[in-house]
Amino acid sequence: MTDPVTIRNALPTDFEVVIALDLFGDAKEKPAYWRGIFDRYVIAGRDDRIFLVAEIGGEVIGFIVGEVRAWEFGSPPCGWVFALSVAPKARERGVGELMLKQLCKRLKQAGITTVRTMVDREDKLTLSFFRSQGLRSGRYIELEKPIDELELGATL
Amino acid sequence: MKMHKASLFALYAVLELASDPERQLSATDIAEAYGISTHHLAKILRTLVRSGLVQAVRGAGGGYRFTGVVNRTTLLDVIELFETLESELDTPNPKGQAGAAVIEELQSITNEIDDLTKAILDTITLETALNSARLRARVAPQG
Repeated sequence: MTDPVTIRNALPTDFEVVIALDLFGDAKEKPAYWRGIFDRYVIAGRDDRIFLVAEIGGEVIGFIVGEVRAWEFGSPPCGWVFALSVAPKARERGVGELMLKQLCKRLKQAGITTVRTMVDREDKLTLSFFRSQGLRSGRYIELEKPIDELELGATL
Repeated sequence: MKMHKASLFALYAVLELASDPERQLSATDIAEAYGISTHHLAKILRTLVRSGLVQAVRGAGGGYRFTGVVNRTTLLDVIELFETLESELDTPNPKGQAGAAVIEELQSITNEIDDLTKAILDTITLETALNSARLRARVAPQG
């Protein structure tokens, strides 16, 4: 893998390879989810939805997906990255960095000045990557809880 | 979060040495650069040597050099050589059930804070911290 890395918009024909790349980070295969993402982020062709793939020698070895989200709990429009994967054989070559930079460039062209993401705290590989790219804890805090049947019954 | 002095001094030493793994520095070199006690730092360096992150080079012109993996070692790896980063709730024995529940809730909140602190420190590698520090130095050069 000595050829240069190139970044381009994802195409409908990248569907299978994206599913395969996704399995490197997550054991669950989810074709229905990716079909929906391809419909909305690739086929729809909207400027505020960005789906990029990285290639080496014509082989797709990574992808990144993001979009512009606005006014969630008052947050001004910002860029969100919600999926990223690089094939293990192509790691430590700056593929993720190139994809994120390209995505940020597109966001900047759309007038966006902040990029945001949310990653499982156990996913140290992805978290370390985003840290290395300068992302830090931001103004918004992720909160969650299990939805308890008994608690719902008591309050409804 | 109040980091122990030992952890902080260890981070100073490891980051200074990791910024140029070919370079050897004495405890005095590092202590002077950060304005800290050489005596205290020497003890910390012994722990760092035992951990394998740092090597002591003997003889004339000897000193310490970084021998870890700069893009794999995290800030938490260094800190945990000196402390556990568990908040201590100095609680007396609760008399009633209500008191116990409050104490349990406060303990749960401090655990949440500790987990978040550790999650942050465990994803910042020495390389990332050094890159950010270099960027910071370029943006705001010392007068």
